[in-house]
Amino acid sequence: MASGKEIRTKISSIKSTQKITRAMEMVAASKMRKAQDRMRKSRPYAEKIRAVIGHLAHAHPEYKHSYMIQREVKRVGVIVISSDRGLCGGLNTNLFKKALITLKAWHKDNIQVDMCTIGNKANGFFKRVGGRIIAQAPHLGDNPTLEDLIGTVKVMLDDYDDGKIDQLFLVFNRFVNTMTQTPTVQQLLPIIADTEHQQLQHHWDYIYEPESQEVLDQLLTRYLESLAYQGVVENLACEQAARMVAMKAASDNASNLIDELQLAYNKARQASITQELSEIVSGAAAV
Amino acid sequence: MAMTIHVDIVSAEADIFSGLAEIIFAPAQKGEIGILPRHAPLLTPLKHGEVRVRKQGGEEESFYVSGGMLEIQPHVVTVLADTARRAKDLDEAAAMEAKQRAEKLLADKQVAIDYARAQAELAEAMAQLQAINRLRKIRS
Repeated sequence: MASGKEIRTKISSIKSTQKITRAMEMVAASKMRKAQDRMRKSRPYAEKIRAVIGHLAHAHPEYKHSYMIQREVKRVGVIVISSDRGLCGGLNTNLFKKALITLKAWHKDNIQVDMCTIGNKANGFFKRVGGRIIAQAPHLGDNPTLEDLIGTVKVMLDDYDDGKIDQLFLVFNRFVNTMTQTPTVQQLLPIIADTEHQQLQHHWDYIYEPESQEVLDQLLTRYLESLAYQGVVENLACEQAARMVAMKAASDNASNLIDELQLAYNKARQASITQELSEIVSGAAAV
Repeated sequence: MAMTIHVDIVSAEADIFSGLAEIIFAPAQKGEIGILPRHAPLLTPLKHGEVRVRKQGGEEESFYVSGGMLEIQPHVVTVLADTARRAKDLDEAAAMEAKQRAEKLLADKQVAIDYARAQAELAEAMAQLQAINRLRKIRS
């Protein structure tokens, strides 16, 4: 049995670890709230644009933008969004697993994959296991801005325009609630026609300044960027939620460990007192 | 009482303004336009500049936009504001940068995905997580 002193050092080291995990838990909780806020704020923009695009698609049935046309798929582009840092449970692992299943299915169908990674963990993972990464976003940190994403999204859109890729997907964690995050593969291109706005079928159209095609081009680019941005923000909320849960579990585990060790320590102390006593008693009896 | 029109100013990162207005001035690409209620439906890009909203009662509020889109319907005006400065060459530069970062990352280029390795790595991580979960269950 370990001596009293040994156990005491162990307890104090676990206590200091627990302090760290507690602090991380609280930091993650407050960051999560902020991230959720940001997630909510980014929604109206995408919804408004979607409504306008839906209307445009109906007003101009004869004009189909290349972003809306299905092509035969030979090569696909994938944007993978991960967290920058670890210590967030199985969040990234689950995401990569989901991505890999999808990638493998394409591999089987002889479809090539071009990748674009956002976040350190995705960089590291796909660098280790291989994969054609054609673009990468910098450290986005806790306050991602749309500006950071323009470059990466543009690389993919240019490739789509040039016919290098025929479909574009976004892989990220969807925020369901604090306890649940679902890894999701979302199709960005070609844009899947929105059926919600069917009832908008009146006979009216916008006045366009300048040409409608040009306006539509700009709108679609912004729409896709905002979707990517939403993915990033949502993933960030997921990261903080997952970290909070993981750190809470770690703190709980630490308390359990401390309880057990405390018990062992008390027993060891009691045993040594008993032993000393019996030694004194037997010593006195011998005199 | 003057007629009013509903105005929403949103950007990808935040909701900027939402409310009723008597008139809105916006820097459309072909010149500044003023929008009154029951304006004809219009869709146009915006230049950088000031969007001014005269609210009910005559109070005026102005917002700077660095560009974006303006959508007008008879009773709703939506300004989809850009948060970033946009220009073709700026976007191009950002795209180049993103590519270069990827090239740097893949200095030792390995194009095909090593599925076996990826799966092994993931399986290991999953096993670790499962072990942690099991330990937690045993303890409690």
